[in-house]
Amino acid sequence: MMGAVRVIGLGNLSRGDDAAGLLAARLVRDLSGNTMDVCETAAGGAGLPELMEGADRVILIDAARCGRKPGTVHRLDASACRIAREDFPCSTHDMGLADAIELARALGTLPKQVIVYGIEVGSLEAGADVTEAVRLAVATVARRILDEEATVSCTKSI
Amino acid sequence: MAGKDANTRTIHVGMIARVEGEGALRVTVKDGQVRDVELRIFEPPRYFEAFLVGRRYDEVPDIVARICGICPVAYQMSAVHAIEQAFGITVNGALRDLRRLLYCGEWIESHTLHIYMLHAPDFLGCHSVIEMAGAHRAAVVRGLRMKKAGNSLVSLLGGRSVHPVSVRVGGFSRVPTRRELDGLKDELLWARDAAAETVRWVAGFEKPAFVQDYMFVALQGNGEYPFNEGWIASSQGLNIAAAEFERHFAETQVPYSNALQCTLKGQSYLAGPLARLRLNGDRLTPIAKQVLRETGLALPMSNPFDGIVARAVEVLFAFEEALRLIDRYEPPASPTVSVTPRSGTGMACTEAPRGILYHRYVVDKDGVIREAKIVPPTSQNQRRIEEDLRSFLPGVLDLSNDEAARACERVIRCYDPCISCATHFLRLEVCEAGTGKDGG
Repeated sequence: MMGAVRVIGLGNLSRGDDAAGLLAARLVRDLSGNTMDVCETAAGGAGLPELMEGADRVILIDAARCGRKPGTVHRLDASACRIAREDFPCSTHDMGLADAIELARALGTLPKQVIVYGIEVGSLEAGADVTEAVRLAVATVARRILDEEATVSCTKSI
Repeated sequence: MAGKDANTRTIHVGMIARVEGEGALRVTVKDGQVRDVELRIFEPPRYFEAFLVGRRYDEVPDIVARICGICPVAYQMSAVHAIEQAFGITVNGALRDLRRLLYCGEWIESHTLHIYMLHAPDFLGCHSVIEMAGAHRAAVVRGLRMKKAGNSLVSLLGGRSVHPVSVRVGGFSRVPTRRELDGLKDELLWARDAAAETVRWVAGFEKPAFVQDYMFVALQGNGEYPFNEGWIASSQGLNIAAAEFERHFAETQVPYSNALQCTLKGQSYLAGPLARLRLNGDRLTPIAKQVLRETGLALPMSNPFDGIVARAVEVLFAFEEALRLIDRYEPPASPTVSVTPRSGTGMACTEAPRGILYHRYVVDKDGVIREAKIVPPTSQNQRRIEEDLRSFLPGVLDLSNDEAARACERVIRCYDPCISCATHFLRLEVCEAGTGKDGG
């Protein structure tokens, strides 16, 4: 039987492209017809260990800055390797996403599988809209998550 | 940023680690004397002030909640109180209690985050809470569970644990049932004891001897430890209503920071937990008073490094107060009082975790915001932080730039400055005059 899957979007809706993670999580919820466990947080990393509790598989979506073109999508398996904290500096508050994952790992509470989607951001101007490149990436990430979960579900069912 | 001659040394901390959001510090030393101390805070409240103009009064709580992911309740509370003042509305009874209860949740979340995740590593010789999780695992687990107890209060009352959505001008969109609140009590009782343990734990940390001469500013009044209401009081005798804030406090722009610096009659002052304890210590709840007394620390505490103790005492107070409010809760007949917009100006000050947060709104007869002003606590403490750094720096000038920068960061973290409403992605950069060499 497939374990519990949770999608968590991080970001700030009032900071331009920093909204990417939240928007992608919302899109996953909508496209799944509200059948997926989706939550959002604007409070940064310190709340993440708690938000991940009880899930076997967690998919995190956050804004990222790895020096690539805005809209570039990164997919990382945090259960297999550490996430470079400098790639996710824009988890806007307190601890970043990478620190939160490492804290959960240090405490032994990291879910069995943690996938991180990072969406390369451009403008983070207060009050600005999400840029077009990031808007497209949001849709891409949401579709990839749904496709991947459908595959996982099929594989597990066989 | 190199200085002009070999006798000038510049310490530049381009990112302040483990501070909410970001800021930068630039210190210039010439001939062994500290010349300039510039704390740069990048802050967007000015954007929000402009963004609020033209919005209806009932949109304001949800908009201001986005200013900060750590203290959205504070922004919501100052906003609704200010608008209610403009409309001539008073919220009493159970609705007033629920607002205090919601504030308890936010203080617990915010203070616990700072104590355990951001500040304690400084005293335990750890680089971060991740390192702490190895050597001090039980403490980290305790902190996370206490924070979760605060989250549960904010989630129940605010509709969710961050950016609460239920706060309304006049009350709430929904109020909890007795049963829902009773369901939190067992965990709050555990957390209250854990909070007492936290006070003892942090009181035992070794701290630098660094007593400062502060003017403390906090709300005071109603015979209670302040959250939503009270006079603005200072340790030097100020006692004014929030409506008089702008007659006494002035904001000035400094060239190196886009955050305005606030002063009281031209002087710096300290807002936040140490100030609240100084002006309201006798209004703490019984266990908080007793545990503080047992630590042997006397009020007023004037060492910024004791801020972690003050925060811990306030967490204990908040758990006790939450249990008291839950015990006496009788659901109100309606989740909100009747609200009729009218033209006017309303001002309010509430106690955000980091100190007093002032809002002023000019509203027209249709309830549309025509003017908004927001003075957050971090900009109020900014001048004081610079002055403390000025006092602290002579003691660390013998260290390398890198070590001095780390020491300065520890001073800055004492104030739990919230500059999350700020720009990100600054990199650590230390420059030595004359060498052209960057470290970091």
